[in-house]
Amino acid sequence: MGKIGRYGEFGGQYVPETVMNAVHELEAAYDRFREDPEFQEELLRYYQEYAGRPSMLYKAEKMSADLGGAKIYIKREDLNHTGSHKINNVLGQILLAKRMGKKRIIAETGAGQHGVATATAAALFGLQCEIYMGSEDVKRQSLNVYRMELLGAKVHSVKNGTCTLKDAINEAMRDWAANVENTFYLIGSVMGPHPYPRMVRDFQKIIGEETKRQLREKEGRLPDAVVACVGGGSNAMGMFYDFIGDPSVRLLGAEAAGRGVDTDETAATVAKGRTGIFHGMKSIFLQDEEGQIAPVYSLSAGLDYPGIGPEHAQLHVSGRAEYYNITDEEAVCAFEYLSRTEGIIPAIESAHAVALACKIAPTMSADQIMVICLSGRGDKDVYQVARYRGVQISE
Amino acid sequence: MNRMDQTFEALHKQGKKALIAFITAGDAGLETTERLVLQMEQSGADIIELGIPFSDPIAEGPVIQKASVRALQNGVKLTDIFAMVKRLRQKTQVPLVMMMYLNSIFGFGTEKFFTLCADTGIDGVIVPDMPYEERDEIQEAADRYGVYSISLVAPTSRERVAMIAKESKGFLYCVSSTGETGMTKEDTANFDGFFGMIKQYANIPCAVGVGISEPEQVSMMKEYCDGVIADSAIVELVEQYGKDSSRAVGSFVASLRQALDE
Repeated sequence: MGKIGRYGEFGGQYVPETVMNAVHELEAAYDRFREDPEFQEELLRYYQEYAGRPSMLYKAEKMSADLGGAKIYIKREDLNHTGSHKINNVLGQILLAKRMGKKRIIAETGAGQHGVATATAAALFGLQCEIYMGSEDVKRQSLNVYRMELLGAKVHSVKNGTCTLKDAINEAMRDWAANVENTFYLIGSVMGPHPYPRMVRDFQKIIGEETKRQLREKEGRLPDAVVACVGGGSNAMGMFYDFIGDPSVRLLGAEAAGRGVDTDETAATVAKGRTGIFHGMKSIFLQDEEGQIAPVYSLSAGLDYPGIGPEHAQLHVSGRAEYYNITDEEAVCAFEYLSRTEGIIPAIESAHAVALACKIAPTMSADQIMVICLSGRGDKDVYQVARYRGVQISE
Repeated sequence: MNRMDQTFEALHKQGKKALIAFITAGDAGLETTERLVLQMEQSGADIIELGIPFSDPIAEGPVIQKASVRALQNGVKLTDIFAMVKRLRQKTQVPLVMMMYLNSIFGFGTEKFFTLCADTGIDGVIVPDMPYEERDEIQEAADRYGVYSISLVAPTSRERVAMIAKESKGFLYCVSSTGETGMTKEDTANFDGFFGMIKQYANIPCAVGVGISEPEQVSMMKEYCDGVIADSAIVELVEQYGKDSSRAVGSFVASLRQALDE
């Protein structure tokens, strides 16, 4: 990384002047606390005693035998408190917000996992919390909406644009600009203006660090591949980061192809996007020839985003990580497959990573090891998958 | 010489302040936009801002967001807007500034964009999602084609005002209420402190965007600055009257002009 906040040409701080001082203030606070042992100790304590870390690394023997290739391990981020990896980042940022004296937390959410994690931490620390969520996502993730409200958060249903994650971010950014003096914007992925991509990655990199340590204990060596789903890319960045310097480890990202990359109903940013500047960062975005951001689609609300984090863009351009796309159908099949094979119902987002693992693992040999980052649990998706399969269940 | 500089110089000589009027390009169709530009000039606007519709206008309030959606639904393209500017330039020399998001330049092609600005007669761009630190994204190309990149300052800019004001061109766009543009009647900013600081550092005219909705606000704001910007109120008239908004927009702009000259 050259310039601060840049990953090759990607990254930067493309935000309105109104919030520039807030961005700098956050940058300074984060730089101070990331080196502060007291901050790190407090964060670790919450990770261990509240979130339930370290998350388990589970050897998926049936799946390994069934696929007949690499030995598969599953990193169980789904077992964290609130049901996904999102809590890792939220606890980090909320401790920072508290130290910065902010009283009000806002966040965007797609599937609702980040919103639930944020509402949870806000309740824990007694902070006012407002969550922006696209009205389409409110519909398909109503369970999480109720959960956030139960935790004391106010949920704003955003009815602009495509009514999904991108539009929720637009609205959260507007709120931030209007209330910048007292409000902390708790971004949920490795995206947005610097320092967010780096800060969120730092709070998530514990996934890869634990994986490395746990696998060393179990197998005495590094994995040959790690797999994670990529929307904005926070669980993937968390899993990848500690392995970037280990060239023998393949970094595999699964992005959402929706109904297929050859259709317009897709969220496969790396496959179909190009460099652009949006939501505070230079990165890869799905857009038309005039730079209008494309409407995107995926069955998975958490991957339904037209961009990826800037560090992923750089990992793609440099060739260090490989990005594949997984359709709705493949993800739903993987959702069902993991449920039946290992007794683990994955989040539909994480099911994209499982689907990619099912494709790659058989091409690997039996003495090789693959780790899947299971970023979240699938309770929230059961109703939607049933509907996808044409099964009527009452909520 | 950039048309904006000529305009401010002429106004200064007459002891007048600038009226800057905004409309979203393609709202009610580009023919309407073309007519409105001429109408607003005739009614006393000194500089016209053309809002370039964008899929995700994160720095706009609800009124201009809706206009952006309407324009995109009309299928308006940046290339069509440039064609309209070219037609306009045969009829008027009023300074024309594009208010747009950075990806409408970068994603369109920065070099191609500024070539078209120079070819058709665009005098400046205002890019709300490009802060001072990222100005190099377009600065070199803008300079080469003689297009001004107009800087914004906000009350939350605090000590940044000096740095931004020193290098800005055309005019300094002072956002005087925090948050997006909109029709607020409350002045959240402390004008005296804010403009005192701006005046201390800016060597170029300062225009204030406060969500002007009536002539009384113009009378109040003009003491602080060299120009006032009217945006949402005009866009609301276009929303209301569509293709037939010329008269309403014209008389509103004229009322602001009168308040400014009083």
